[in-house]
Amino acid sequence: MRYRYFPGCTLKGQAKNMENATMAAAAALGIQLIELDEWQCCGAVYPLYEDELITLLSPVRTLAAAEGEPLVSLCAACHHVLKRAQELMQRNEDARNKVTDYLEVDYTGEGRVLHFLEVLRDDLGFDKLAEMVKKPLEGRKVAAYYGCLLLRPSKVMQFDDPENPSIMEDLLKALGADVVKTPYRIECCGAYLSVTEEGVARDTVAKILDSARNVGAEALITACPLCRYNLENCAEEDGKTPIKIYYFSELLAEALGLQFDQLISSALERRRSSNDSEQ
Amino acid sequence: MPRTGVFICHCGTNIAGTVDIEKTVKASRSFPGVVHADDYRYLCSEMGQDIIKNAIKDNNLDRVVVGTCSPRMHEQTFRKAASEAGLNPYMVEVANIREHCSWVHRNMDEATPKAVALVRAAAAKAALNDPLEAPAIEVEKRALVIGGGIAGIQTALDIAEAGYVVDLVEREPSIGGRMAQLEKTFPTLDCSACILTPKMVEAAQHPNINLITYSEVEEVKGFVGQFDVKIRQKARSIDPVKCTGCGICYEKCPAKAPSEFEMGRAKRKAIYVPFPQAVPNIPVIDRENCLYFKKGRCQICAKECPPQAVDYEQQDEILERRYGVIVVATGFDQLDPSIYGEYGYGQHPDILTGLEFERLFNASGPTAGKVVRLSDGKPPKKVVFIQCVGSRDKARGMNYCSKICCMYTAKQALLLKEKLPDAKSYVFYIDVRTAGKGYEEFQRRAAEEYDVAYLRGQVGKIFPENDYLVVRGVDSLSGKTIEINADMVVLAAAAIARSDATELGRIVGINSDSYKFFNEAHPKLKPVETHTAGIFIAGACQAPKDIPDTVAQAGAAAVKAIGLLSKELLKGEACTAEVNQAECSGCLYCEAVCPYNAINPVEIEERYHGGTLQRTVAEVNPSLCQGCGSCTVICRSGSINLRGFTNEQILAEVDAICLQR
Amino acid sequence: MTASSKSRLIDEMRMQSGQDPSCCFQCAKCSAACPVTAAMDLLPHQVIRYLQLGLEEDLAKSKTPWICASCFTCAARCPRDLDLARMMEGIRLVMLRRRDGNKFGPADLTPEQLKKLPQQALVSGFRKYNK
Repeated sequence: MRYRYFPGCTLKGQAKNMENATMAAAAALGIQLIELDEWQCCGAVYPLYEDELITLLSPVRTLAAAEGEPLVSLCAACHHVLKRAQELMQRNEDARNKVTDYLEVDYTGEGRVLHFLEVLRDDLGFDKLAEMVKKPLEGRKVAAYYGCLLLRPSKVMQFDDPENPSIMEDLLKALGADVVKTPYRIECCGAYLSVTEEGVARDTVAKILDSARNVGAEALITACPLCRYNLENCAEEDGKTPIKIYYFSELLAEALGLQFDQLISSALERRRSSNDSEQ
Repeated sequence: MPRTGVFICHCGTNIAGTVDIEKTVKASRSFPGVVHADDYRYLCSEMGQDIIKNAIKDNNLDRVVVGTCSPRMHEQTFRKAASEAGLNPYMVEVANIREHCSWVHRNMDEATPKAVALVRAAAAKAALNDPLEAPAIEVEKRALVIGGGIAGIQTALDIAEAGYVVDLVEREPSIGGRMAQLEKTFPTLDCSACILTPKMVEAAQHPNINLITYSEVEEVKGFVGQFDVKIRQKARSIDPVKCTGCGICYEKCPAKAPSEFEMGRAKRKAIYVPFPQAVPNIPVIDRENCLYFKKGRCQICAKECPPQAVDYEQQDEILERRYGVIVVATGFDQLDPSIYGEYGYGQHPDILTGLEFERLFNASGPTAGKVVRLSDGKPPKKVVFIQCVGSRDKARGMNYCSKICCMYTAKQALLLKEKLPDAKSYVFYIDVRTAGKGYEEFQRRAAEEYDVAYLRGQVGKIFPENDYLVVRGVDSLSGKTIEINADMVVLAAAAIARSDATELGRIVGINSDSYKFFNEAHPKLKPVETHTAGIFIAGACQAPKDIPDTVAQAGAAAVKAIGLLSKELLKGEACTAEVNQAECSGCLYCEAVCPYNAINPVEIEERYHGGTLQRTVAEVNPSLCQGCGSCTVICRSGSINLRGFTNEQILAEVDAICLQR
Repeated sequence: MTASSKSRLIDEMRMQSGQDPSCCFQCAKCSAACPVTAAMDLLPHQVIRYLQLGLEEDLAKSKTPWICASCFTCAARCPRDLDLARMMEGIRLVMLRRRDGNKFGPADLTPEQLKKLPQQALVSGFRKYNK
């Protein structure tokens, strides 16, 4: 299984853990993730206005760089922007012509654009994954937190049932965890309101964490660095049971029996091999 | 040379507002064969028809062209007028200058030349018209009613009372339909069973009604007056003659399955009657869940049955009957609200649909008439009702209003307060719609005297927390977010067409709208007719409907059916296909495409080089042919023509439009 | 309050977002679904009502479009198939494109925030609230 891999800014910065864990797990699972050369920003936001084409330049450049091979990302926001930009390229000929002319690339909307979770579910299969688990997360009460960007709009994202998703719970089951469900798993965490209106994010996060406590979760998994930031930094914990926030891939790596130093060494290995291939 | 008269109708301003009538009349005078042209404000009126009749006599007309509305509206009117003036009715042509012209244009300069062209085409066709005679059809004096709910029962009773035999076919083991599931009916709060069961019994005992339950219509052939129908009578596994309805069999049966009648919220046995007042009171064995049929063991019902009525060997039977008319009354289904993930239906036992909640009030329902939570059996203190779950929703549900929900919700909230005075109801609504006699007053009573809180807005999320359901919504009038810790939630799920409605429509030969509800022939003037002569519709299979409207429509459908059955002979289709057998190559493609089985091969003898030759050609049975024209289209040698729509006539129309611009 | 059918904001919003506010029948599903209404001065359905009434200046003063986090829940559940997230973006863009429209930039953040916040939040925030 071979994929082009788009990391995005946060995966090289604050969400380094998510990348390291994913890379180690992918290697253990026989999934080849080949990082795009000289990748740039995903575009950060998908333009919702017809004449806002400038924010399409980045994602379309990235989509074209995959050269028709399946393109995988880890960050929910990157995946959202890439997937929606692809859909627009397929649907809107006028926008496509303007953007591709400007970029001088030839891209008409081809290629699979996948989140790594979809690779695990659709290409590897959770059954197969379950067989490869070495240290099942037995007795760990974990809940999934989906947030917004992977699920909505469902017609474009086609990720899972937008109101009743199951992909993360199915992953947790495959990893042997004791899965619990919180009703707030598809509600917004407050997104970048934590930058401008931190109070709003505190309220949304409090609801999510309280509902997780209510169902007895000791940890939440997420696929979005911003969700994780908000869930950790906007949480007001006074006297409440703390809830640990993980990237999904961290628990994945753990269940596959990968140790932290292995993660680091695999990251180094990767850097070395990519340097080799450049030479 | 033909002597054609042209008459242009203003239709008030419907046509005259967009088409220059004077110009159209003037232009008509120049068409070949036209010897007279006139106009009138409403040609379909008595005065208008007299103008046509007088002109036929005064000008010795032998053809008439009327530029007016769709032939579907008034072709019959003008044909009748012409025949009263001594003309063969098929010498009349209608040019549709309303639906095809004035209604679809805004600009008079565009519409007028188009109207002239349409009239010119009709005149060109009329010049080639021949007088036609419609064949006579004998009427089979027997009616078929499909569907045994209140609509079908009422229709059957009304037809039977007029003296005609009715077969009432019902798919379920008992008649009764949706109304049998209801506890009380708005706005009078009559007990549903109290007013329905007598009608069920009356239908069963009526000498002119045959109940054919646990049966489905499989095939309909023929046409008005003579429909040939195949009905599959599913094996009940019970001998109906021997069975006394004692009920010992289902008391003893060890196998259980979800009860359809209780919307899956209670169990029934594998041998069962759907509800205690079932008519006929004869059980059926559900073979999918019966231990004997599944595993070959058990047979307790057969052993326990005093009159030994259980018959495991029974087979499905096919009844073949001929009917003069058919009434379709197959009712409605309820939308499955689990498509609305935010409401959590299907994930928590205390989130119910309206019909499921209704069953909780019923003494024979899942809770024996106690309104309690299905999760823990406790009576609810707070109940939230949500309106428009799947109705008025073009994104995920149905774009239409289901019409009955506002009223049944008010009824249920009111009944709840009577049953549990401590309970409080909340209704989230978009608009409260209570058009109907006594409806508005009823809903206001619920709000004012029964403490039902109406909140104008929708619900965003429902989820369980502790031992209640958190309902988060908004009251758009105050702009306040509302959060209610409810014990139960009732979703007014949209009333939708039966899932297999399209399939039945195909079998019977009637069409459906985009929601799969059966189409009436005209939304105002032919509300129970369909586009197929002799087939009528009644009740919620046409659109969501309450009981008063359903019963009224059922009566109307019965009257239409009786009107046909009371005739000895019907006029058949005059515009039938005919084969030019000298040119027919005998490929019989026409036989394959004919939907009415009206074409058969015949052997003819032809003289050929002095000798004779036997050849197979097609022949049309004019009493079966309905003039659809499929055969003329498929005919490779062009040797089939449709009387009244011959190839020559149609080409003359095309020429008149294209060549004489 | 005067309601006017002529409004540049609304005309542009309608054209650029492809959303027609007159389709809304004010069921308020959007407001019921929105996770951040507590911080809004106008509820989402009221924003559409203001658009219907042409109350451009009132919308210009409202905090609501800036509170909207583009979580798309409203659009996912609207029974009229309206995409309110697009409409909110439309209002924001019209405001940003006006003189001194920018809402916030790096200078508005403390060094501590700049260090702590994930890159993704900063980039999206700047993109969203600046022109």
